[in-house]
Amino acid sequence: MNAAAHDHDPVHDPMIPVPFRIEKVRRDLSDTFTMELVPEAGGEFAFKPGQFNMLYVFGVGEVPISISGDPADRSVLVHTTRAVGTVTEALDALKPGDSLGVRGPFGTAWPVEAAFGHDLVFVAGGVGLAPLRPAIYQAVANRDRFGRIIVLYGARTPEDILYKKELERWRGRFDLDVLVTVDRATGKWGGNVGVVTNLIARGGFDPLHTASFVCGPEVMMRYSAQALEKKGVDRGRIWVSVERNMKCGCGLCGHCQWGPHFTCKDGPVFRYDRVADLFQIREL
Amino acid sequence: MVKPDTLGPIIDEHPFFRGIDAALRDLLTGCAANERFETGDMLFRQGDEAAKFFLIRAGTVAIEIDQPAQPPIIVETIGEGEIAGWSWMIAPYRMTFDARAVTLVRALSFDAKCLRRKMEADPVLGYEVLRRFLPVMAHRLAAARLQMLDLYGPRGAAKAAKPIKTEKAQTKSKGRNRAADARLDQAKGKKKKDGGS
Repeated sequence: MNAAAHDHDPVHDPMIPVPFRIEKVRRDLSDTFTMELVPEAGGEFAFKPGQFNMLYVFGVGEVPISISGDPADRSVLVHTTRAVGTVTEALDALKPGDSLGVRGPFGTAWPVEAAFGHDLVFVAGGVGLAPLRPAIYQAVANRDRFGRIIVLYGARTPEDILYKKELERWRGRFDLDVLVTVDRATGKWGGNVGVVTNLIARGGFDPLHTASFVCGPEVMMRYSAQALEKKGVDRGRIWVSVERNMKCGCGLCGHCQWGPHFTCKDGPVFRYDRVADLFQIREL
Repeated sequence: MVKPDTLGPIIDEHPFFRGIDAALRDLLTGCAANERFETGDMLFRQGDEAAKFFLIRAGTVAIEIDQPAQPPIIVETIGEGEIAGWSWMIAPYRMTFDARAVTLVRALSFDAKCLRRKMEADPVLGYEVLRRFLPVMAHRLAAARLQMLDLYGPRGAAKAAKPIKTEKAQTKSKGRNRAADARLDQAKGKKKKDGGS
């Protein structure tokens, strides 16, 4: 738990949730929503891009959710969540003014600063854009420290494109390349159709000087990493965000064990060369 | 129509034939033509004789399947640096999809009969062309399989996990990977569990 969060937690215990109030709720997609939270006791919340919180719906349960806001804005905590189960559906039912418990931030971060001087390629699939968004914010805020910045995003259909307005805004900049593809075209969609790995294959970056952050379903990340390697990006400069069954969030309970790692503590962001073999083990 | 002898440098620049031996390039050039398609034009239709294939130089092409009384289903889009059409290599040489220009498209087309004849006569050329086509075909096949998984769907991960895991693997994973077990349970409709985001 970071110093700012300690301000709200008198016992400094990472297992005790801190009460936060919901300020705003925005419907992103039919099953996906973004909440803005502020600490009930006041103060700020600091985090690094890629980290997650355990969100506790009182009386229902906890769920690990990546932070999707701007790390430079400590006044508000932003979470984008897809309602797929009991707790996330209970989260979806909360309204502005309601309270929930927050433990965190936990886990490793996207190494944005380590990528200074390189081309930076973000590869996101589905709701996997949410955990990457803080890193994109940080990269944009340090735009002159990178070569090309490329955002490659794959969604199921045009209706499932997350943060559509933000993607359009980024694409409107002259110093960002944003490519979006959908698995299935619907309506009047005139953009790319196909999997996100097709966008990687088109290149546009210098593979010898590229860092890439990949987030999405695990199968998508595995194939994306392979596509990046095929283009010549060293696996030591590819990072992926892996999710398992996080419970305690701080490496105590072992529920999220992935081979020799606890994904809550050693991850969720892993350098690909350190975990590539684990992706190949079916039992994990 | 651009004269064939001016197409050599264009072929050289296209990623698909980049680095090809000059003598082989000259053989290819003899079968090539420069073409342009307006938005909405069809490059080819399913069932047509596969008389050509295309190197896309600029623009976007939708590979699609026609369906009665409904808009076509777009399988994928391809763009600059990619190729459209490989049915010309496989008997009975009939196109298996439609290809429509989504934007203005500039492409090099290659006459299939001309090229097949030259490939038969010159195995080095034949090998070189096949060597360049096969990775593209493998990539497209892999991409199509990924697309079929519906990875971003409501239970995409579960759908993807279910056929991959063997019964033995599932047994071995008990208690070791509860997230995977939960996804399998979801796929079986046993219980509702959150995965977070």
